Amino acid sequence: MGLVQTEKLGNCGSLQREAVGIKRVVKCYGSFEALKGVSLSIADNEFFTLLGPSGCGKTTLLRSIAGFEDVTEGEIALYGLDIAALPPEQRPVNTVFQQYALFPHMSVRENVAFGLRMKGVAQAERQARAAEMLEMVHLSEFGDRLPSQLSGGQQQRVALARALAPRPRVLLLDEPLSALDLKLRQAMRVELKQLQETTGITFVFVTHDQEEALAMSDRIAVMSAGEVQQVGDPRTIYEAPVNRFVAEFIGETNVLPVTVSDVSAGRARVALAGCRDLIAQAPEDLSPGAHHVSIRPERLSLADGGEADLTARVERVVYLGTDLQLLACLPNGASLTVRLQNTARTSLPLQGQELGFQIEEGAVRLLVD
Amino acid sequence: MAAEATSRSARSGTGWQGLVLPLLLPSWLVIGIFMLVPVALMAVYSFLTKDFRGGIVWQFSLDAYDQFFVERGLFGDEPPLPNWTYITIFWRSIWQAGLATLLCLIIGFPTAWFIATRNPRHRALWVFLITVPYWVNLLIRTVSMRFLLRDHGPFNEMLMAIGLIDSPLRIINTDLAVQIGLFYSYLPFMVLPIYAAVERYNFALSEAARDLYAGPWTVLREIVLPTVKPGIVAGCILVFVPSLGAFLAPDLLGGARTYMIGSLIDEQFRGSAGNWPFGSAVAMILLTMVLAVLLWQVRVATREKR
Amino acid sequence: MAARTDIRRYMGFGALTALCLTVLYVPLIVVAVYSFNASRSITAWGGFSTHWYVDVFVGPEAPIFRAAAWNSISIAFLASTAATVIAVAAAVAMVRGGRFRGRQTSFAIISLPLMVPEIVIAVATLIFFTTIGVRTGYGTILIAHITFCIPFAYLPISARLQGIEDTYELAARDLYATRWQAFRLILLPLMMPGVISGWLLAFIISLDDFIITNFVKGAGMETLPTAIFGSVKQGIKPNIMAISTLMLAVSVIFVTLSYLINRIGQKAR
Repeated sequence: MGLVQTEKLGNCGSLQREAVGIKRVVKCYGSFEALKGVSLSIADNEFFTLLGPSGCGKTTLLRSIAGFEDVTEGEIALYGLDIAALPPEQRPVNTVFQQYALFPHMSVRENVAFGLRMKGVAQAERQARAAEMLEMVHLSEFGDRLPSQLSGGQQQRVALARALAPRPRVLLLDEPLSALDLKLRQAMRVELKQLQETTGITFVFVTHDQEEALAMSDRIAVMSAGEVQQVGDPRTIYEAPVNRFVAEFIGETNVLPVTVSDVSAGRARVALAGCRDLIAQAPEDLSPGAHHVSIRPERLSLADGGEADLTARVERVVYLGTDLQLLACLPNGASLTVRLQNTARTSLPLQGQELGFQIEEGAVRLLVD
Repeated sequence: MAAEATSRSARSGTGWQGLVLPLLLPSWLVIGIFMLVPVALMAVYSFLTKDFRGGIVWQFSLDAYDQFFVERGLFGDEPPLPNWTYITIFWRSIWQAGLATLLCLIIGFPTAWFIATRNPRHRALWVFLITVPYWVNLLIRTVSMRFLLRDHGPFNEMLMAIGLIDSPLRIINTDLAVQIGLFYSYLPFMVLPIYAAVERYNFALSEAARDLYAGPWTVLREIVLPTVKPGIVAGCILVFVPSLGAFLAPDLLGGARTYMIGSLIDEQFRGSAGNWPFGSAVAMILLTMVLAVLLWQVRVATREKR
Repeated sequence: MAARTDIRRYMGFGALTALCLTVLYVPLIVVAVYSFNASRSITAWGGFSTHWYVDVFVGPEAPIFRAAAWNSISIAFLASTAATVIAVAAAVAMVRGGRFRGRQTSFAIISLPLMVPEIVIAVATLIFFTTIGVRTGYGTILIAHITFCIPFAYLPISARLQGIEDTYELAARDLYATRWQAFRLILLPLMMPGVISGWLLAFIISLDDFIITNFVKGAGMETLPTAIFGSVKQGIKPNIMAISTLMLAVSVIFVTLSYLINRIGQKAR
């Protein structure tokens, strides 16, 4: 299922116009390589997310697109035009900064109109467009305030309005939600996605928050240590991670050591010590031998003896409200996390209890290390 | 955030890198031409020959340094002996400056501590109170001190009025007056850097030490002083260095017997009795001492950072 | 009981602080008070009078003081302005220039006037001007003042600049501002409290300087401090106390302004 999805999207991508083309981009700071030959193709009108842990190079890549960093090697093209040599003010892209970087000595309206002023747009049109933008982010009555007189969420909207006012071809967002509290962040996710759909502008969004990435993106590029690990739509990334890093970084998962006996047509027979052989989704070029599989905790369910794929001893039950999290121990000593929905019928398992678990069809994925 | 942090400090984006040279050039030129070159020239002068009537002759000579260190009798025909006249002046200057530094530390540290432990909203005001005298003309401050300490000045008058003394204390024109003057002149220089250090001090360290059975004064000695040491060293240097080359305090508060380096140098450039090579040599010796102290501080500071 | 367990409290520290402030302020206050003394004798109090202030402006020494004041103020204005312009350029290069070769050296050069003892600067400057054959006077004082004012202007400006994140400039560049526009419209207004503060401090430092000025002023040229020094050498007269009090007031006003501007700047951030 996951594989099919990837193929379909791959086709779509080649049909659509390319908004940002990044080819073999390398960025070095002295001997430190922040980007190790990154290539990406971001489609027009796409909500594209660069996701990865701190220091993975995602912000460096975004700043390279904006023009704040000179890349050491490689090309960056915007709608087919090479922009690598242009200073930031000549690139038709705008940025929403992590801490917003609203000019503290200018009113909200002046902030929003700044880009238009610099582009030489006439006063009247500037004011009209600023008003329109403020309306779009529901801040019409705050135009005369200073940024410091607004709440964090309002400042965030001003930053958005300011970056969108000059109608950039591509909007770059550098962890724009990280300074907001949880409730606001969740509300802004929906709003950002809507904004992207209504404006039709390509969004390139940087975050380390996988939930945020899954919630908003058309496609996600997972990055680690200066390299792109996987590109795909949220579902592919979550359900068909190509390697161990992606599997562990996105969501919660069980990574278990297995022995692969035979591989054919994207399927493999794997042996997990202490349970019956399983059929796993596997990359074509996988060779038999010792590997790891990933099994998402919510893809396991309680099962009676005969139906159980594996058995494990419950070591701890964590009550999470909507879910129950079981921390269990497999016969070979490996630990296993299971998430069960907390329904009225669910009885709390006891500590030390031996339970049988069934694995959902297709939930076992072989990982490349 | 390692990579992000690096990128931010590298600041590729603001675009000033290419302009570093033209932006720095004015300061380099002004300070280079009107300070570095003059100091170098002064070094050259210290190796020249003095002319009569305060002039110089462009001829290499070690006379200036010879005069400073060696005693050869009135006509230069006696066996050379160490010349204690100038070394004594230097020694007195170092002693006076050192004592002033110690006094400033004894008063300055508690003051800095007191201010740093005030309510944050009032702290700026306290600092302001310390800063104001620092920015008041040093000449006027020294004149004020001279006025205050005179034989029949307000200080003596007050002591006599309350009956502590019968006749005025002789303070002015003594070493004590110079000492008071130096202490008073540079006291703010001690308070401000120590305050900056104490303000950054994490008071949880004191709590932890008290929790582990240390008394308040032990905490001060074992925890606080080592932690704020860079501030204390900076303060001591800011007091010691200008005290060493002070001119106004010894000149206006001291007498003939309280000569310090500053007055000695000044005298060499006054009128026809002057000796420019000798004055330059004394200034060079002073400068060397000061730079040695500053280098020592830089070493202490870098060691502390590690 | 609460006081005993307050780890910030040390016995006697408050008293020593009081002593510190007394030492710092009493001489200034005493002179200010005595400047209003009606008596010609500087010791005995003869009642309140502003006589000596009038004397400063119209008395026998008034022309000297007026000329000296004009020299002091015009030199301070020119020197602090020139030093501030130089310091702004240097601060932008030092703070925004990234890591470049010679950064340490540049910092050492800029702070050189703070490290070399005043008396040494004075001697060296005199020797320099004499050697190149420039007559000492107004011009030489001005040049010397510009030189030693640079670090005093530089320090508050660079401190302020360090507190301004470079994202403001990046945002401006991103919004189509050129480097110069980003500087003029964004960076300079944000730096302004530091720039004003630096200018005020440089002004005060120039106005206050005695030792260096005394060496490079040349014959017949006086600034306020050298005029006061010359007069004090013959004994402290009441008009000197009046003029000292006036200069004191100027210093206090300038420092207060600098302090207030910095506070406003901090609040606006």
